[in-house]
Amino acid sequence: MDLLLQYAVNGLATGSLYALVALGIVVLYRTARVLNFAHGDLAALGTLVAYTALTGVRLPFSLAAMTGLAGAAAVGALFYAGVVRHAREAAPLSQSIMTMGLALLLGGLAAVGWGTDIKAMPFPLSATAVWRLGGLVVSQLHAGATAVAAVLMAGLYLLVQHTRWGLLMRALSENPVAARLLGVRSDRILAATWALSAALGAAAGLLLAPATLVDPFFMLNPFLKGFAAAVMGGLDSPPGAVVGGVVLGVLESLLAGYVSVAFKSTLAFLLIVMVLMARPEGLLGREFQRRV
Amino acid sequence: MAGQALVRRYDREFALVYGSFGWAATAALGAALVLAPLWLQGYFLYVASLIGTNVVVVVGLDLLVGFAGQISLGQAGFVAVGAYATALLSARAGVPFWLALPTGALLAGVVGWLVGLPALRLKGPYLAIATMGFGIAVQQVLINWPLVSGGRSGLMVPAPRMGPWSLASDTARYYVVLAVASALVMAAYNIRRSYVGRAWMALRDSDLAAQTNGVDLTRYKTLAFAVSAAYAGAAGGLTSLVLGYLEPNLFSFLESIYYLAMAVVGGLGTVSGPILGAALLTALPQLASRTREYLPVLYGAVVLAVMAIEPWGLYGRWLRIKRYFKTWPL
Repeated sequence: MDLLLQYAVNGLATGSLYALVALGIVVLYRTARVLNFAHGDLAALGTLVAYTALTGVRLPFSLAAMTGLAGAAAVGALFYAGVVRHAREAAPLSQSIMTMGLALLLGGLAAVGWGTDIKAMPFPLSATAVWRLGGLVVSQLHAGATAVAAVLMAGLYLLVQHTRWGLLMRALSENPVAARLLGVRSDRILAATWALSAALGAAAGLLLAPATLVDPFFMLNPFLKGFAAAVMGGLDSPPGAVVGGVVLGVLESLLAGYVSVAFKSTLAFLLIVMVLMARPEGLLGREFQRRV
Repeated sequence: MAGQALVRRYDREFALVYGSFGWAATAALGAALVLAPLWLQGYFLYVASLIGTNVVVVVGLDLLVGFAGQISLGQAGFVAVGAYATALLSARAGVPFWLALPTGALLAGVVGWLVGLPALRLKGPYLAIATMGFGIAVQQVLINWPLVSGGRSGLMVPAPRMGPWSLASDTARYYVVLAVASALVMAAYNIRRSYVGRAWMALRDSDLAAQTNGVDLTRYKTLAFAVSAAYAGAAGGLTSLVLGYLEPNLFSFLESIYYLAMAVVGGLGTVSGPILGAALLTALPQLASRTREYLPVLYGAVVLAVMAIEPWGLYGRWLRIKRYFKTWPL
């Protein structure tokens, strides 16, 4: 029983980071209807910027982290303003392919700029210092990452549901044409949404960095998991992304513990497909309800 | 789907090759491809074989994505099924190559049919995840099943024999790839103008309308997956021939993305577009290999540039140019 709980707690920590990645994907998909395949690379870029700020410029961690988030956000907004904005007539699939192009471009530039060697990210929380709660062992890193992720999620909820910007985002998501007719400056909102999404990704990258080590492609796997979590939860639903991320994290941890470490991702994907067979729009999604 | 050239008569829509210019161009292209080994040697012939292999995958993928309107982020998985089936049949079971390749393609087709079953309920990104899961699962199974894949060190595939010829030289391999690719591309052009192709396009444009007009959605959606996967499987067999060895990393998720990028850059919903896209995006990394470091940058920039300038891909641009000169000097 303790073992089960321990696996669940470990899964919760990973899952909250998957949820953070998934949230970035969902926020953008909901507002702009673009599935961003460069999400992981934007996140990795932000993390690398933070790494340089931390080890090269020797900024304190909080400032370095902010620099990383700002860097990712700036690249995201620039990509929207410079490329996506001009390709509005492109079909959604073509726009997603453009983000694949961006992913390759960013990954390549990061590899040239930072090299492909693996870097250890200095981090204020330790993965080896642990707290014991009864029979459970919780590392400082896990607890901290989960807490930060939870705070960011709550902040995002407030932003989307209780601010003017969030209202405009929701309006664009509901009906872009009508929103524009009513005077919503869609370019600004969309650029800001790209920035927000990229910053969320970079935050996840920073929290993952101490556990996974950093290289230009270290976010590929977390991105795929976050993508899967977003889809399982429903791509148009931020709460769905959180649920999907946590469920995926816990599921993986349990499968790795009780079934097979090598096949944990495969089994997790299998379960996701089964979930989707039962609910094709994801656990909390409502995308495909249509009147006939 | 793309801006089609102006059609004045219906027989033009149905013709495989139209007009004397069309025939001349086709004949010239065919002759150039057959005679290519005269002036291409060694490495360049190998690149040409790689292009042919990728053309098969991408044309097959486009039947699924561009014609039937489904999506697959797991195409590399089907390629892997075909590749390992062909390699194991011909290297270990002693099946002749001409039989092993179609068997591998057929097996991939059956797997594709199974993977297509979720497509009956899923759409867009949700289907993308299901197919992506399949692709990743295939790679993981291969990595963890050394009996089939030879583990991390990979599986060597000795040059197979075809009747009296050993397929050991670049030239021999090139001709096998050319024959298979030409046959499958021809088949794709024919599928496009058959009732199957029309049924796919109908369900792509509106599955509801297609169904009310008597298109059996279940049958045609799964058929699209099966055919597309069989193309990928055949290309897998060619891969095992061209490379001479196989390892699980050849069939990663990124490969599936590359295939999709080739199809979209070439122009979805056409047969000629994916051929152009596969040729460009396969040759580019090989020919620019001196600047290997900047390769992903170059690749990404080309994909971005093509998509930003011409959303309908290379073939869409070609149609626009053709139309411009048709009406010139108006």
